[in-house]
Amino acid sequence: MKFYFPQAIKNMSSKTWRCCAGNGRGWMASSGEPDVLVIGGGNAALCAALMAREAGASVLMLESAPRAWRGGNSMHVRNLRCMHDEPQDVLVEAYPEQEFWQDLLKVTGGLTSESLARLVIRHSSRCRPWMRRHGVHFQPPLSGALHVARTNAFFMGGGKALVNAYYRSAQNLGVQVRYETPVRSLEIVDGRFGAAITETGERITAKSCVLACGGFESNLGWQREAWGQNERGEWPAENFLIRGTRYNQGVLLRFMIDAGADTIGDPTQAHCVAIDARAPLYDGGICTRIDCVSLGVVVNRDGQRFYDEGEDFWPKRYAIWGRLVAQQPGQTAWSIIDRKAVGRFMPPVFEGTRADTLEDLAQKIGLDPAPFMDTMHAYNAACRGGTFDHTTLDDCRTDGLSPAKTHWALPINAPPFYAYPLRPGITFTYLGMRTDHTAAVHFGGAPSANLFAAGEMMAGNVLGKGYTAGVGMSIGTAFGRIAGVNAAQSAGFTHPEFKEEFAYAAAH
Amino acid sequence: MPPRTDTAAMDTQPACDGAFELAATLTASEQDVSRMMQICNACRYCEGFCAVFPAMTRRLEFDKADVHYLANLCHNCGACLHACQYAPPHEFAVNVPQAMAKVRVQTYQDYAWPRAMGRLYRRAGLSVVLVLAGGLSLFLMLAVAMSGRLIHAPLAGNFYAIFPHNFLAVVFSIVFLFAILALGVGVTRFWREVSPAREVEIEDQPAIAAARLPATAEAVSDVATLRYLGGGHGEGCNEEDDRFTLLRRRFHQFTLYGFLLCFAATSVATLYHYLFRWEAPYPWLSLPVILGSLGGVGLLFGPAGLLWLNVRRDPQHGDRGQHGMDRGFIALLFLISATGFALLVLRDTQFMALWLAIHLGTVMALFLTMPYGKFAHGVFRSAALLKYTIEKRLPNRLASRGE
Repeated sequence: MKFYFPQAIKNMSSKTWRCCAGNGRGWMASSGEPDVLVIGGGNAALCAALMAREAGASVLMLESAPRAWRGGNSMHVRNLRCMHDEPQDVLVEAYPEQEFWQDLLKVTGGLTSESLARLVIRHSSRCRPWMRRHGVHFQPPLSGALHVARTNAFFMGGGKALVNAYYRSAQNLGVQVRYETPVRSLEIVDGRFGAAITETGERITAKSCVLACGGFESNLGWQREAWGQNERGEWPAENFLIRGTRYNQGVLLRFMIDAGADTIGDPTQAHCVAIDARAPLYDGGICTRIDCVSLGVVVNRDGQRFYDEGEDFWPKRYAIWGRLVAQQPGQTAWSIIDRKAVGRFMPPVFEGTRADTLEDLAQKIGLDPAPFMDTMHAYNAACRGGTFDHTTLDDCRTDGLSPAKTHWALPINAPPFYAYPLRPGITFTYLGMRTDHTAAVHFGGAPSANLFAAGEMMAGNVLGKGYTAGVGMSIGTAFGRIAGVNAAQSAGFTHPEFKEEFAYAAAH
Repeated sequence: MPPRTDTAAMDTQPACDGAFELAATLTASEQDVSRMMQICNACRYCEGFCAVFPAMTRRLEFDKADVHYLANLCHNCGACLHACQYAPPHEFAVNVPQAMAKVRVQTYQDYAWPRAMGRLYRRAGLSVVLVLAGGLSLFLMLAVAMSGRLIHAPLAGNFYAIFPHNFLAVVFSIVFLFAILALGVGVTRFWREVSPAREVEIEDQPAIAAARLPATAEAVSDVATLRYLGGGHGEGCNEEDDRFTLLRRRFHQFTLYGFLLCFAATSVATLYHYLFRWEAPYPWLSLPVILGSLGGVGLLFGPAGLLWLNVRRDPQHGDRGQHGMDRGFIALLFLISATGFALLVLRDTQFMALWLAIHLGTVMALFLTMPYGKFAHGVFRSAALLKYTIEKRLPNRLASRGE
């Protein structure tokens, strides 16, 4: 595939743009003010920077993390949810717009903007050639993820490989990147961006700005405040683990809220998954997921079940279990399986607690055996038999049990038994800035002429709650690119070829 | 975090008791691979890069045999390190290429025959091979000088006036056959120990029989094309950073085919000698000289390029402790070619004996270090690839249970 260089870039003196590569200090002195300032260093920020640069604008990216941790949560992602009407390279069959929209409507329970959602959906059907041009490789689904072969295109090597490819491409095109440069505040006058002030007090001006620096999930204090105290007197967020970067402190999100930007979303809504309680506080990523919930039962600290573990296929349910666990006493629970489940789910990163009897298991994990055994006996007795098939919504369910387990309900009676401790794992928060199809930040309902938002900072416009695999990347890629194009446009640069792609995405 | 047991104390080899048996407990390096594979198996993002990760997904636990198998499947391309969300500075400290490299050299030692010779792997460094090559050359020079012929009237390239043909044939055959035997015994041990052969189930036997031919064809093709230095997407592997490049694959191909062509030249010359009684020197446009020259060009460019890449490679790749072994082998191949060309050019001059001694000393050094140096990687990796191409044609016991 031929890589194209817009004429504006070819004409630009490469000297101007190479002189201070990797050395932020030289930037202001040698190159003057950038046309477009991108604050953030993940997928959406990179998409914005690349598009703005392709349009011919000079671009400076400010990444708060050091190089080794660059990319925010994007280094943990693995695929892109894509609409397609027929098989497309790594995607089988079809995933039409309407089906994608229905899936999104279902998981968000209507907390979404149909217009922006459809923009994201239609954009996802045509953006991959651009991604490939910037070095992203796609591959068929990973083993153990065949259920999304139709809907999701996987990045070869995962999100960090994608982030690396985008940074390489950005560097080749002359985008300036400064690491370890967190921004403290912005200068905004009458809704117009004027400058960014870094943590060290440096003032960086630009003609326009894209904010793509994540949610506030890594800010434990903010999480604690948002979730508050529950009826048991607990502060639930104190027991949360953050699945991704430690750098999404929400500094600019807080600043923008205080500056009067229009916001969207509930601060307690997030991509929230039940993960292994032994995961590190930050950056546990994909491997801390516990995928055996639907193969067994889940009990809380009191030894009680609290939700239908077999309600639907696990990939459609994993994103509700974080909240479910967050509502339990101590914000913890245990997934209990027996020998029959071993090898039928993605292997967990931590060994489960193992015992030859259920009583022993309860003791080993520190639960009171009496209520635990009552729960297990009641469950085992309620399993009414059937033909177990984990690949379909089978007929193995419980009778007369509350809560019921409606599929894959096999008695847990084949030793050894295993227990995996669960805690809520926050991937990203949905509180963000309200925007429209231009990605412009709004103040009192009016769009800013030169300040845009992308990625987690505005994903809440599409995702009011819930999640479906890969849609975060669909949103980040669509609005990252749109924000980059519009930021360049407001600085006087027109992207040579995005117009048609955008027109298609917006034509619904 | 996943188990990171401190096992420095266990990193010692058990005493050799004659019978071949691997220690039951994992060494620290093996535990590290096992620990990382448990993390990788829960992530699997790198499955598209190479054979290691698909092979991994067929397992839930990683015992010694699995670790040895996977370590030898790994080509140290570096792709999975740069793509890894758990790579240092992450506290999981996943660095698969480095962990695999550390185990890999240990497997060469563990499976070495005779076992006691395995420790030579730790010695096959750059200086050792250079000293060995130099020493052998010097020895041959002295042997020639003793009989007063080191600098001589031109002999029209008649090597056998210096060293009788049968003397060369016997000496080199012995050393070469020993190398074949030692590597053969070693790789057989590896093959038998490494899963899945160890635990083949009866019902798999027909599948294995059916897989043998296509699996062999695929493994041969994987080796011949150095497929897994392609990075899965064909853009190559990583060197000094996350950029992909085909340079290593190309230089390695120069080296591999250079070596094979030189070997072919020697084989053809041997046939000429014994079958047709055509004795060296062969003319410039004869088959042995053409094959040898083409191979020699490969062995100049290939090793020079590989050494250049080796020096520039990201220090996180591979095992720094093995630089000596890697560079020693690369240097020997280069020197063999360089001295061979010098001999070809000078064979009609009074310096032929001198260069013959130097060239033969270098070749002898290669043959002597072959079973206990970097050369072994080709043998063990080919075996691991064949193991993989067979294994992937067998039903996956994990998947068949409903994943």
